[in-house]
Amino acid sequence: MANTYTLIEAQTLASSAASVTFSAIPATYTDLVLRVSVRRDASGRQDLRLAVNGSTSDGSNTWLQGSGAAATSGTSTAQYVRINNIVPSTAETASTFGSAEFYLPSYLASANKPISGFGVGENNATTAYIGAVASLYSQTTAISSLVLSLATGSFDIGSSFYLYGIKNS
Amino acid sequence: MTRPTRVEVNCTTGETSIIELTDAEIAANEAAALAAADQREAAEAEAAAVAAAKAAGQAKLAALGLTAEEIAALIK
Repeated sequence: MANTYTLIEAQTLASSAASVTFSAIPATYTDLVLRVSVRRDASGRQDLRLAVNGSTSDGSNTWLQGSGAAATSGTSTAQYVRINNIVPSTAETASTFGSAEFYLPSYLASANKPISGFGVGENNATTAYIGAVASLYSQTTAISSLVLSLATGSFDIGSSFYLYGIKNS
Repeated sequence: MTRPTRVEVNCTTGETSIIELTDAEIAANEAAALAAADQREAAEAEAAAVAAAKAAGQAKLAALGLTAEEIAALIK
């Protein structure tokens, strides 16, 4: 069981950005945790996407989402790791942000890597989403960079991103 | 029009850079957006079809004379 939890880097946007990259991630931890609070700077709620080592096509996802009216699930291959619909936009309640966490165990292992993600949107209305994803990232290289982006558009000012390292000893 | 930017944080040096997207990156984002929209629409259409089938089934049960409580008990 992990017994340390260390902030590696944090970023809060002072201006909108299409993506946020954590690069040159130190190879000194056992697991990584990525926690974000995000909003889109234009209309239309979005999926939150995670690309690993620059790859946008090595994630195989099993996803689940609930909107308050319906629950759906499915699978996708050759994809980003993705949590559906949890990023609020200017069409949702003002100043609301979606929260999400990705967990990346054994990120240095020379094997394909499981990644899990969970997130919730926020909206003072009938429709607001919750989502989860279980993904397999099919590359055996150690993870050294992570890129967060939206399916379309940019993250709004105030969106924040925190990367933590966990050691098991 | 302002060109979109991306933020890169170097976790070894702590340096943060704000970089304008290239034309290729913008095109790739647009293609990915279309693919994502297609997938979402397919999932939502499937969910809507299931909901419609459920409502139609409940209506048929009601037409047979079942009460709302009886229908609810059946579909639990």
